[in-house]
Amino acid sequence: MPPDSQQTDRNLTLKDAVLEAMFEEMESDQNVILIGEDVGAAGGVFKQTEGLFETFGADRVIDTPISESAIFGLAVGAAMAGSRPIVEVMFGDFLTLVMDQLVNQAAKVHYMSAGGFNVPLVLRTGIGVGGNLGPQHSQSLHGWLAHIPGLKVVMPSSASDAKGLFKAAVRDNNPVIFMEDRMTYNLKEQVPEGEHIIPLGSAEVKREGADVSIYAVARSVHTALAAAEHLQVKNVSAEVVDLRTLAPLDVETIVASVQKTGRALVLDGGYQSFGITGEIAATIGELAFDYLDAPVMRLAAPDVPVPFSPALEAMTVPSAEQVVAKVTGMYGGLD
Amino acid sequence: MLTKDKLLEFYRGMVTIRAFEEEVRKMHNAGLAPGLVHLYSGQEAVGVGACAALNSDDYIASHHRGHGHCIAKGSELDRLFAEIIGRRSGYGMGRGGSMHIYDPATFNLGTNGIVGGSVPLATGAALSAKLRGTGQVAVSFFGDGVLNQGILFESLNMAALWSLPVVFVCENNGYGEFTEIDDVTAGRPYAKRGEAFDIPSEKADGMDVLAVHEAVSKAVTRARNGDGPSFLIFDTYRYSGHHVGDKQEYKDDEERELWLSRDPIPKLADMLVAGKKIKQAELDELDAKIKVTVIAAANQAKKMPEPDADDLARHIYAA
Repeated sequence: MPPDSQQTDRNLTLKDAVLEAMFEEMESDQNVILIGEDVGAAGGVFKQTEGLFETFGADRVIDTPISESAIFGLAVGAAMAGSRPIVEVMFGDFLTLVMDQLVNQAAKVHYMSAGGFNVPLVLRTGIGVGGNLGPQHSQSLHGWLAHIPGLKVVMPSSASDAKGLFKAAVRDNNPVIFMEDRMTYNLKEQVPEGEHIIPLGSAEVKREGADVSIYAVARSVHTALAAAEHLQVKNVSAEVVDLRTLAPLDVETIVASVQKTGRALVLDGGYQSFGITGEIAATIGELAFDYLDAPVMRLAAPDVPVPFSPALEAMTVPSAEQVVAKVTGMYGGLD
Repeated sequence: MLTKDKLLEFYRGMVTIRAFEEEVRKMHNAGLAPGLVHLYSGQEAVGVGACAALNSDDYIASHHRGHGHCIAKGSELDRLFAEIIGRRSGYGMGRGGSMHIYDPATFNLGTNGIVGGSVPLATGAALSAKLRGTGQVAVSFFGDGVLNQGILFESLNMAALWSLPVVFVCENNGYGEFTEIDDVTAGRPYAKRGEAFDIPSEKADGMDVLAVHEAVSKAVTRARNGDGPSFLIFDTYRYSGHHVGDKQEYKDDEERELWLSRDPIPKLADMLVAGKKIKQAELDELDAKIKVTVIAAANQAKKMPEPDADDLARHIYAA
């Protein structure tokens, strides 16, 4: 049974919300399969697929060898043939191993076949810094993926969104990359039961504000919300916009927010150089320049490999304090 | 024993591909088919012999030298030409070109510009067919260059492990781009690469359409019966080098003549005539008819319009 489905208290962790979405989608569509390392009998290295194997069996919850490239390639071929695979890639860092099949095959098949073939699949992966996993298990490479036409990139920040976005991703007829920050896995909130769909390409204003817009995805949304509380004390009313998906990007909501506030900070856990903060800042500059009272600012991960040492690791994650400092800097400094 | 009709189907298939590729060569030389064009001439026995062993709803996945597979699986000649010369009526509206031709109607998962890129696609289609219980088989065509790509081994492992209905067909034409395969490949014979996974593996003559057909038929039967994958290597030869315009200075005349003497088309013709199944004059007539059909298809494609600006960003995402 899906986790906590018998409980009246619908407070679920983000991890369990995605698991519930998988249960529901696999239940309702025989063509949905789950494939990846440790997803079956082991229930996932973070228990994120627990119970699926027992419920749906080894034919639909497929344990694989450690062969990321071909696992994903097989999923692309299976999707072209009519299956709807969910592929789990344990760490976002391992996307490097999947890149040919992702970028050269999956992203382009629909285009190259003039709509003849679809590639309906979800690549689910955990990303982000935390736990001292070192430079090869801590990266946030979403900017890379959002760069490629033909891919959709989804990054939930909360449990309820995660369920709704995951269900939409499974039903989407395109390759969708679903990236969860592992540091949000255990965040709990009320999650709607049953049918709960959030269309891909819809951002959400998580906190209304009047003075400055802070844009973020995934874990950074919580950093922004914490910063907004601090800013309130300084009489700055911050609006927090959760982009939720990078591709498609909800430009309308992005622009509407800054038109209201006149100031913008783009926050991200990925690298700053050539990353999503630059893309969104440029979009705002192009479409809302006349509304700006200050230059659009960016705060992102420093351009360094994520170090192992606990003394250094945290320095690579943008903090609420840094957000507050950036925003107050837009006013020439505040008390 | 194969019927006369079946043998003539082989003959027609190989002659059609040869004639098609000659037209493509002309189109390239005339500037109509720019970019990289890799001709299948010389390798016809493999594509024709293999595809003749398949049902119409069996999958194939091909490679950069893939026009022959598309024809052998039943794609329309004028739409193939159209794709190769970048016209809107092509299978990808002219946006894929020679190395990127996909045809869902013939269950063709595409030619492919990445060496080894299509191997997991065929393997994955076989996985899907098995899970959905459709009885379909998939054939993965790849060149000798893929013998040294890691994704082949990852795919072989999963195909063997899960007993997938897939046939791995290696077309060894002796060269990866401009380098002899033997110069860059360890482990002989190459069929050992399949045997390492306990996959039934064999080498056969890729210049003999009957030998190819027999080997692939056996493998397809095995796959359809639920007995898993096979790994086949066919030695063959590419007459035109890596791509049209390749001067082939790395080949000597002796080698070329040796392979020409083994050409699969006259070989089958001689057999048909010697076996009194058909007269040479009738084959000549058939050749002429095929040429007319192919040229008509080429001319039809040339008349087709190019894609327009509205097609540039069409089909980025599926609805």
